[in-house]
Amino acid sequence: MLELQNISYGVEQDGEDKNILRNINLTIGERFVAITGPNGGGKSTLAKVIAGILVPTEGKILLDGEDITGLGVTERAKKGISFAFQQPVRFKGLTVKDLITLASGKSIGVPEACDYLSEVGLCAKDYIDREVDASLSGGELKRIEIAMIMARGTKLSVFDEPEAGIDLWSFSNLIQVFEHLHEKINGSILIISHQERILNIADRIIVLADGRVQNDGARAQVLPQLLGNVPSVCSALTDKVR
Amino acid sequence: MDAIERSLLEQVAELHEVPEGAYNIRANGKAAARNTTASIDIVSKTDKDGIDIIIRPGTKNQSVHIPVVLSQSGLQETVYNDFFIGDDCDITIVAGCGIHNCGVQNSEHSGIHSFFVGKNAKVRYVERHYGEGDGLGENIMNPTTVVEMGEGSYMEMETTQIKGVDSTVRTTRAKLGPNSTLIIKEKVMTHGKQLAKSDFTVDLDGEGCHTNVISRSVARDDSKQIFLARINGNAKCHGHSECDAIIMDRGVVVAIPEVTANCVDVELIHEAAIGKIAGEQLTKLMTLGLTEKEAEEQIVNGFLK
Repeated sequence: MLELQNISYGVEQDGEDKNILRNINLTIGERFVAITGPNGGGKSTLAKVIAGILVPTEGKILLDGEDITGLGVTERAKKGISFAFQQPVRFKGLTVKDLITLASGKSIGVPEACDYLSEVGLCAKDYIDREVDASLSGGELKRIEIAMIMARGTKLSVFDEPEAGIDLWSFSNLIQVFEHLHEKINGSILIISHQERILNIADRIIVLADGRVQNDGARAQVLPQLLGNVPSVCSALTDKVR
Repeated sequence: MDAIERSLLEQVAELHEVPEGAYNIRANGKAAARNTTASIDIVSKTDKDGIDIIIRPGTKNQSVHIPVVLSQSGLQETVYNDFFIGDDCDITIVAGCGIHNCGVQNSEHSGIHSFFVGKNAKVRYVERHYGEGDGLGENIMNPTTVVEMGEGSYMEMETTQIKGVDSTVRTTRAKLGPNSTLIIKEKVMTHGKQLAKSDFTVDLDGEGCHTNVISRSVARDDSKQIFLARINGNAKCHGHSECDAIIMDRGVVVAIPEVTANCVDVELIHEAAIGKIAGEQLTKLMTLGLTEKEAEEQIVNGFLK
């Protein structure tokens, strides 16, 4: 159970204070929670605050009742928080097996690595010894990133826009991975996404805009509102379309 | 051979026991052990220190080990080893030098290795350098490699220097015949106040020949590295050099690529990238539960693997 109490995060920009997160209060314990909202609304910042990459300017973060606000990235990872990057990182020399081994925290053999990789649609034989460098495509990197989160199997897994940077075909296959992810992870999944198909498999949807929680509730309640609330487009554009 | 010498041998040649196949083990300036086979002969030079390694044409899937260990402080030597590799051979050569210096005097080994690679021969040459010892004397190694490659031959040269060598100047000169290929992979890690200089010159003389000179290095503490890759394209050929370096602490890396096209059909490329470990790489590994120091070690080990 993750609790965010009065979380705010601000930066100084051009000599002025800019608030990216404003007084966020959330309790997350469901199986699958999606956070959505417009670009620049603070979603990725919130994910980084949870993972410990950014330190909130105000507020408290509790994991299973324990205050983890003062803990760094490593300590939070050890307490059971996993974080999948929006842009997976490339490493010259480290192989897929190296990263999955580090993620699982123990020495693993080919069959175990194969278990994780096959779950994300990669054949271990082709990938296990490959370096996680520029030779891998964006879609492959995303899958490896997800396999690492599976190998960790922690109580909370945060995914920052898994659809970002990959083509529609690759994403379509990834959806199936997310549909079965909670069975593999046995913990809460918090996923930041703009994709309706991801929102469609969430138990709960939180809408974050302008650094605030704008809407929060069960999927059945929030999703129809989101789909019905298409922002108005400028008249010059609609005239052209007509 | 004593425990220190055996340990050095393990570091430079991954040898736990006497190797199979042909070998020549040199310890503290003297030949310690030698074995020849029906197709690989090893003969001591009479005019200077060193050996001739003669590999008969057509020798396949065999190996030659020629490690050198120095455990007497203050020993300084220059050794000439010439490899005559016959046509159509397919062999692995493992050389290396390990120095254990507990004294106050400098220990120095300069190995001059010349390779004459026959037509269509395939050679894998592995060279490891390692130094240890808590004395004030420095461990110095200055290897020189000279390669002459026959038509259609292939040579892969892997050189590794990970620890304990205070000063090294590595000089490599190669001349490539028609359709021959030379791949050089260098891995260097320096620390303390060490200096490592690599000076490669590859002459692409034969039509259709190819070279790739790849260096991956890490410079820590106050150490300095200089990487100089000089490729001369003298015929229709392809040449590529690449220096990829991580700098840490106050480490310095200088990459000097020099490519010369003396023929209009030459294709030459050089690349160099030097920088510290990317912050996002550290963060990623920390989200897996590693401390910053552990993450750094994993990244460096992977980079030099």
